[in-house]
Amino acid sequence: MSGILASVVDGVLVGSIYGLAAMGLTLIWGVMRVINLAHGAIIVLGMFLLYFLATAAGFPIYGAIPVAIGIGFVFGVALYWIAVHRVIGQPELMSLLATFAVNMILIGLGTALWSTSPYNVPVRVPGLRVAGYTFTGTHILAAVIAAVIAGALYLLFYHTRIGKAIRAVASNRDAAELVGIPSAQILSLAFGVGVALASVSGTLIATLFPFTVLSGEAYQLKSFVVTVLGGLGNPAGALLGGVALGLIEGLTTPFMPVDWVPVVEFALFVLCLITFPRGIFAFTKA
Amino acid sequence: MKLVWRRPFPCIITVVALAFALVPYVTNDVQLRESLILAAVYIVLASNLNLMIGYAGYVNFGNIVFFGLGGYFCLFMVNAWRWNVLSASLASGVIVSALALLFGLGILRLRGAFFALATIGVNAAIQQLVTNFEPWGGATGIYLSLDAYGPLGGPRQALWTVYLLVVAATLASLLSSYAIKRSKFGLGLLAIGQNESAAAVLGVPTPLYKALAYSVSAFLPAVVGGLYFYKTGIIEPSGAFSLSLSIEAIVMVMLGGQGTVIGPALGAFLYEEMRRFLLTAAAFSNFQLVIAGALLLTIVLFVPGGLMGFVYRRWPRTQKALE
Repeated sequence: MSGILASVVDGVLVGSIYGLAAMGLTLIWGVMRVINLAHGAIIVLGMFLLYFLATAAGFPIYGAIPVAIGIGFVFGVALYWIAVHRVIGQPELMSLLATFAVNMILIGLGTALWSTSPYNVPVRVPGLRVAGYTFTGTHILAAVIAAVIAGALYLLFYHTRIGKAIRAVASNRDAAELVGIPSAQILSLAFGVGVALASVSGTLIATLFPFTVLSGEAYQLKSFVVTVLGGLGNPAGALLGGVALGLIEGLTTPFMPVDWVPVVEFALFVLCLITFPRGIFAFTKA
Repeated sequence: MKLVWRRPFPCIITVVALAFALVPYVTNDVQLRESLILAAVYIVLASNLNLMIGYAGYVNFGNIVFFGLGGYFCLFMVNAWRWNVLSASLASGVIVSALALLFGLGILRLRGAFFALATIGVNAAIQQLVTNFEPWGGATGIYLSLDAYGPLGGPRQALWTVYLLVVAATLASLLSSYAIKRSKFGLGLLAIGQNESAAAVLGVPTPLYKALAYSVSAFLPAVVGGLYFYKTGIIEPSGAFSLSLSIEAIVMVMLGGQGTVIGPALGAFLYEEMRRFLLTAAAFSNFQLVIAGALLLTIVLFVPGGLMGFVYRRWPRTQKALE
């Protein structure tokens, strides 16, 4: 029994990082109705950032996190102006394809540069022993950092002028323009924040598990599952959805072979989409 | 004869398909055949995907699931039940098409980006399911032994037969794409693509039409999937449900021009030629994906109509002749 409890707790810890990744996805959707299919590639970018900062540049492991946020943000803003700006307001097909093209370019470059062999960043954090069960230190620390970043995001959105402007543009772009908000710039900022979240969650995931250039696809799919569980366009929901996914993973692993866990996840995802096509998203619609 | 002049498209396409079939056969050029069969498979994928993307305006990111499932059903029938490949691939086409109809009625309640996400989910779910499905060989997949090619007169002859069948499926794809576009069903789909709510108000039975389009767009890819994996003799989950091939099919549709009949086929052919060039040119072989991505981005941002969209706008009379 305590084994199940422990695996549930661990699932929640890992799930909070899925939630952080999904927040990036859901934020971009909520503000500009664009599904960022380059999300997985950017998560991988965050992973390799940690690898190169920690092994090549000798950075302290967790010192890479602010760097990942900074680089992710700049990269995201650039990405917005290059690939997304022209397709805002066009049929969704166009933005899906534009971001997917970026994904192909990034993954292609990554494969050519770093091949698809697995990488690993050794992280040593002492674990926590409770009732004869050890909780991995990296998992706890990553979950704490994810929670701190989510809190910072909340402050950004609800206690700064920029956050207010982003929310204004999200709810009505034309009206925001009328009151003097430069909406294109605000959109690029929001895209930058979303990408920064993806890259920092990649960095955090890299402290937990080994990764390859192609890992991004799996985490991107997880992010989709999470956003659908939590409500597309709702950052707080994304965090909850991430925890829920972690719970599901933690609960199912003791009872079935590991290979079957993704089947459950994706079946749940499709079922969720079908049974609550509006229900789950309803409270995000203006 | 008069009809041929007024509607030259079916004749042109039949002649092209005949050339496709006969040129490698007459010259006995195996290398050319291998290149053309891949192009033909791509044309089938792109042309059927176009029914969803170009006509109905629904982005199906998981279109490859039809191809992979078709391959699995067909190889299973050939391997376990000793069916011949033609009936096995047709049967798998029917099965996959029926499954798509069922599934379509469910996931087509979603619109826009939600639908696109769901199709990615369906593909991922089925890939994971097949990876764990022991009767289909789990993660290692199904292998055909050499005697599976016996009924077609040995492997060498079988490859030619399969090639001709794939070209026939290509011809069928283009003709059905043309016929659908000219039919009431096609008009309904185009109306859905323009504005679904308005189409529904005007009496287009949108849920039925969408599910039918989804199901029709599953049939030939599944048949060709069966033929193709019969030709390669092996099928395994990551190859059969490769999301990147799925996306490449979208690139082909966009390259040629979504919503046109001939565009996706042209896009598929050009894409395959480009891919082959990039793979063989040493300097580019590592950057094939990068170049495909850059190509897609350029099309999406600057030429959203694709190749045929551009041609039709520049020379409107060609559209009359070809559509």
